Amino acid sequence: MKYVPLILANLFRKPVRTILTIGSFGVALFLFGLLAIVRGSFNQGLDVAGADRLVIINKVSLIQPLPLSYRDRLLQIPGVKQVTFANWFGGVYQDERNFFAQMAIDTPTYLQMFTEFKVPPDQWKAFEADREGCLVGADLAKRFGWKIGDRIPIKGTIFPGAWEFNVRGIYTGARRQDDTTQFWFHWKYLDERRTYSKGMVGWYTIRVNNPDDAVKVAKAIDTTFANSPWETKTDTEKAFATGFVKQMGNIQFLIMSIGGVVFFTLLLVTGNTMAIAVRERVRELAVLKAIGFSDVFVMLLVLFESVIVALAGAGLGLGAAKLLTLAGDPTHGMLPFFFLPAGALTAGVALAIVVGLASGIIPALSASRLRVVDALRRV
Amino acid sequence: MVRVDGNGNGDSLVRVRGLDKKYQRGSEEIHVLQGLNLDVDAGEFVAFMGPSGSGKSTLLNLLGGIDLPTAGTITVANDEITHLSGSKLTEWRARHVGFVFQMYNLIPVLTAFQNVELPLLLTKLSKAERRKHVETAMALVELSDRMYHYPRQLSGGQEQRVGIARAIVADPTFLLCDEPTGDLDRKSADEVLSLLETLSRQHGKTILMVTHDPLAAERAHCILHLDKGVLTEGKKAGAAQ
Ligand SMILES: Nc1ncnc2c1ncn2[C@@H]1O[C@H](COP(=O)(O)OP(=O)(O)OP(=O)(O)O)[C@@H](O)[C@H]1O
Ligand SMILES: [Mg+2]
Repeated sequence: MKYVPLILANLFRKPVRTILTIGSFGVALFLFGLLAIVRGSFNQGLDVAGADRLVIINKVSLIQPLPLSYRDRLLQIPGVKQVTFANWFGGVYQDERNFFAQMAIDTPTYLQMFTEFKVPPDQWKAFEADREGCLVGADLAKRFGWKIGDRIPIKGTIFPGAWEFNVRGIYTGARRQDDTTQFWFHWKYLDERRTYSKGMVGWYTIRVNNPDDAVKVAKAIDTTFANSPWETKTDTEKAFATGFVKQMGNIQFLIMSIGGVVFFTLLLVTGNTMAIAVRERVRELAVLKAIGFSDVFVMLLVLFESVIVALAGAGLGLGAAKLLTLAGDPTHGMLPFFFLPAGALTAGVALAIVVGLASGIIPALSASRLRVVDALRRV
Repeated sequence: MVRVDGNGNGDSLVRVRGLDKKYQRGSEEIHVLQGLNLDVDAGEFVAFMGPSGSGKSTLLNLLGGIDLPTAGTITVANDEITHLSGSKLTEWRARHVGFVFQMYNLIPVLTAFQNVELPLLLTKLSKAERRKHVETAMALVELSDRMYHYPRQLSGGQEQRVGIARAIVADPTFLLCDEPTGDLDRKSADEVLSLLETLSRQHGKTILMVTHDPLAAERAHCILHLDKGVLTEGKKAGAAQ
């Protein structure tokens, strides 16, 4: 504790330099925070996935439909406990920029499958009773300021026409990572109104009796529908989400590369700054040693200094990133999950400490090896 | 008593025997100290004089344990320091040596108080005790009213007095002053010298001082000349005996 003034005083030696160095850390850690948010958003599906759920899509591609008749056949396959299905709607609300997921769901079974979503019973009843009813996620409702009873016009793109829905309920997620930016309405209504693709569904989700059998059941399903006009591809929900993330792989790689380059640059910049900071006060460090401060003490003095700078910068940068998430998603819903996970904060602080230590270690070692007489002789 | 013939009686505070220091500069070998002997009793105030480059600073650095001799021994208060390892030597310095430098060498980002407190940080003294010691030292150098000034807010003479306060605050075995007045005007130099004299006379401090200034040397009890690697007694040394 008694050494604190000594460490702090050195930070105020060149305030501008200290501030700039802290700023470098701040900017880098802010960027780290942003990358963590975006990356988390891409990976979110992985956290959400239920271990006992399988997703069945058309073998050709996700956008090819499957017939409704598969529902009953799926239920007959051993190991299958529940079945539900949904359809992508892909309409536009007011403006194309207002993107959010709209899904026509099989009303009777959907929430039995996705138990993580909660709807108050009275709202659910109202939804069931209204052919044009819809359920919206809490975040989505907040984003557009929708209230129960509002009428929402949506321009169909895949299924052309002017569609209108009544908000009958607002669903919430049991966990933080549950996606509450979706818009659900009755698949039945979709099927009645659309002019083509009738009796077809986008994808099925089933629950297996035992997650350990997931692979076996998936194989059985795909075998059952092999050689039919609509062959299937069945995967665990997790694998399905991973597939999605893999498509984002290039973006992830880009993110990691940018992050890597930024931190490497940060290391060089702060390392250089620390080296200068030590070089210009070799004399003082030598005096400390002459007075009786040990080599180790002098080394720690320099290291502490760079770590404190790193931590101050990390605090600013991560704090700013956190504030940004609290202020809300600037992409207006493109990223369904917009928060800075605690893990990322810890990782950011750890990263800052590592960079702080790494940038300080060489100057610190040279300070500790400094010979008093040599340093004092230099004027 | 101060002797340079190596025949000290054994209870002197500082005992140097056969001290050798060579520097290698390229292919050239500089033999700065050549089998130097020295005995200094506690409470002495010794001035070292000699031409530039004669090795005065080298000798002082060796005595202060911030440099190592090529050969020979230095014993201070019955501790032979020439055998101590790096970290032991550092600890020894903290307990026994007070350095006063020509360039003052105060830490510019610390106040006078904090500068003087530095050596005490290495002790087990409490904060309150440290404060008391610092205040005493600052009073001794007559700078009680400059406690919270930064070095740049002080005159050269005042800076050097802070430097002296820092050197004495932990009550070291001896003070080593390398041209303490070398950078000061006559008046400030006289103040600093009077201060050293007081420390010697009234507080019984042992002081070894290198100086080019004959007037400064006059203040010491004894003047030694360093030339060609060995010490010889100056005129005052005889008077002291
Ligand atoms: N690290 C070193 N490497 C090589 N030579 C050195 C080194 N340090 C000192 N010397 C040489 O040793 C000799 C004595 O130097 P020292 O500094 O002790 O002299 P000095 O008597 O204090 O001189 P001055 O009065 O100018 O301060 C000089 O010739 C100097 O060049
Ligand atoms: Mg010198």
